[in-house]
Amino acid sequence: MAIALRRGATATTALVLLGAVLAALLTVMAGSPAHAAETRCALVKPTDDDTISILGRICDRREKPPVAVPGVRVTVEDEAGEELGEATSSEDGTFVIDLPGTSIEHLGKSYTVVLDESTLPEGTKPEITSRTIDINLDNDQTVIFPIGDAGPAKPSKFTEALQLMVGGLVFSVLLAMAALGLSMIFGTTGLTNFAHGELITFGALVAFFIDRLPGRIEVGGTEITVIVGVLGAFLVGGVFGWLNDTALWRPLRRRGTGLVAMMIVSIGLSLFLRNIYQYFAGAQTRNYSQYGAVEPWEIGDILLTPKELTVILLGVAVLVLTTSLLQFTRLGKATRAVADNPGLASATGINVERVIGTVWIGGAALAALAGALLGVTQGFDFQLGFRILLLVFAATVLGGLGTIWGAIVGAFVIGLFTELSTLFVDPEFKFVGALLLLIVILLIRPQGLLGKAQRIG
Amino acid sequence: MDFNELLTGSLQQALGPTAVVYCLAAIGLNIHFGYTGLLNFGQAGFMMVAGYAMVTMSTIWGQSLWLGVLVGVILTVILALMLGVPTLRLRADYLAIVTIAAAEIIRQVISAAKFSDDLGGQDGLTGFIKPFRKMNPFDEPVGIDGVVMWSPNDFWVMTVGWLLVVAACLITWLLMRSPWGRVLKSIREDEDAVRSLGKNVYAYKMQSLIIGGLFGALAGFVVALRSATVGPSFFATDVTFFAYTVLLIGGAARVLGPVAGAVIFWFLITVLDIAFGQMTAGADPIIPASIMDSTQASLMRLIFMGLGLMLLMIYRPQGIFGDRRELAIDGR
Repeated sequence: MAIALRRGATATTALVLLGAVLAALLTVMAGSPAHAAETRCALVKPTDDDTISILGRICDRREKPPVAVPGVRVTVEDEAGEELGEATSSEDGTFVIDLPGTSIEHLGKSYTVVLDESTLPEGTKPEITSRTIDINLDNDQTVIFPIGDAGPAKPSKFTEALQLMVGGLVFSVLLAMAALGLSMIFGTTGLTNFAHGELITFGALVAFFIDRLPGRIEVGGTEITVIVGVLGAFLVGGVFGWLNDTALWRPLRRRGTGLVAMMIVSIGLSLFLRNIYQYFAGAQTRNYSQYGAVEPWEIGDILLTPKELTVILLGVAVLVLTTSLLQFTRLGKATRAVADNPGLASATGINVERVIGTVWIGGAALAALAGALLGVTQGFDFQLGFRILLLVFAATVLGGLGTIWGAIVGAFVIGLFTELSTLFVDPEFKFVGALLLLIVILLIRPQGLLGKAQRIG
Repeated sequence: MDFNELLTGSLQQALGPTAVVYCLAAIGLNIHFGYTGLLNFGQAGFMMVAGYAMVTMSTIWGQSLWLGVLVGVILTVILALMLGVPTLRLRADYLAIVTIAAAEIIRQVISAAKFSDDLGGQDGLTGFIKPFRKMNPFDEPVGIDGVVMWSPNDFWVMTVGWLLVVAACLITWLLMRSPWGRVLKSIREDEDAVRSLGKNVYAYKMQSLIIGGLFGALAGFVVALRSATVGPSFFATDVTFFAYTVLLIGGAARVLGPVAGAVIFWFLITVLDIAFGQMTAGADPIIPASIMDSTQASLMRLIFMGLGLMLLMIYRPQGIFGDRRELAIDGR
């Protein structure tokens, strides 16, 4: 959004502000593991050799700070259940298991780390007794086994709901960023862009590419490679949006291609880009080098990881900024005017094509940012965007296609509904519930929650 | 490069069971999109409901496949009614989003682990094919020696499938030259004009959705018979998009458009697949492995397909046989 604004001090300030917020919030993510290392339950240092080691620590979380649990036997099994190695946790709770053979042999495989419950001290119970890890990198892998009180301590429905709210909020803000772009592009050009999911995946891929560049990017001793990656995704995503519009959509608009034809073109583009991504990035699920496993904070009964908080705060900041830009700047007003009535906007002297170009840059940058942050929170593969595309559509249609606030409201409804519905139904049906909600809303209010009541038949 | 294999393999696919499936699905979409102007992006959902209905009647209740076909047809009609009620009053893009969402709901529910005892989850269902194969009159491979060959089972599916295609084309032709068909075409051209003439546009659209959905159901039956199994991966969202590509290659709003489209589409796709496969196979491939390995080669056909669909829609939206004036691509 912001990078396209050429005139006006507001816009420049906004860009600087956005960058500052992004950097500051993301540093929170980097800061916290360093803090954890000071507690008595030490973090293991990765070994610097050719083999892959499974590193881990076993901590008793009832004490604050957590206390190490020594003398616990841990084994590593491969997919067939064959034992590959074992170790016993030392005084500081850590254990190291070297996988036999070179690192190349293990890439792409998945191993299960199992805790031997009989070797635990009496009266304690592990919250998790086994963890499955996929070896995607030739780095060492870290696992953590928190130990708590014995006996079942099932959280109440209320706590569970609060916990799900956290995940729901994270998903909602990311969905809102993606939906805002889709909705603005629809509003100004009338295009239902089925390739919007690929703009999301593009962001995750750019961040991944920057992350994989040799060397680390540091500021004052803190590694910020992934932060730079996320920022890079935002910027390169905007460029990609500009490219999309200039190379494909603007010429099509000039030719007077129909909207349904453009919709089908976007399906072709989606198929094309998705397979290009798979061509270069492969089919496996990827993770960034940082923030893979961060220690969550406990607030009451709720677990909140620093990266979740960061994503929520950053997302809200971005949304507030974007909507303020649309609400208060000249260009924002022009954008809304074009969305309302392109012909009239053009007649009043607004450069419609420039507005549309800006919307494409901004919308794609937001989608790419959402993609990169989705990659940080849950990992990604080449289908990331395509998989959530329907939910993005659901959010925009639910709120009212083409409206700015509608996209945000719709995203929060869909995002929270998806997570909270798992209280009552199986998690595997959570997307089904959200899509059903979409159909039900369309039955009652075809123009969407915030859409103008006009004939859309 | 082995051009003989290229030609043989491509011909085999172009006339084979898979082409039949996409041809039938595209005939259904032709009724929806080509003649009525409805953007149904959930054809895979219709196929899935019908295919699973036929198979489950046999695997769960031990009934005959014929009864399964009947149940499949009934369920397809119910699905069309359920989809049509909320969406047919909406604009084309809303219909597209709702139908694609509905197809995804159907796919996720049927493939859910919760119902895997009855519906097979991600693995799908097998063990229903025997009665169909018992009726097979062919017991030797059929084809032209040295050019193209099909296994007896494949040829049996093809025989049934192409007969269905002939029937479907005949029905479409008869429907579209009737007064009823002319109303459909006028709805595509100008809905309001039709309404002002006192026609119930909503009812006509609903009938179109049902009939096109039934052709989709036929495609679903053939999917099951072709593979001797049904699974969620046969009915992914992309299946609908492929069927649209088939329809648009041949030409929408033409009775034989989907037939030509299916044959050409599968011929080209298989040519690309085999060609890139050959270029990357072996110890000393034509394209070095650093540029493209065999996994990447298998993606090339989809990359070309996406590109092809875009170019087709931009430069020749009427396809090979279509008439540009007869296409509902300009409206909202």
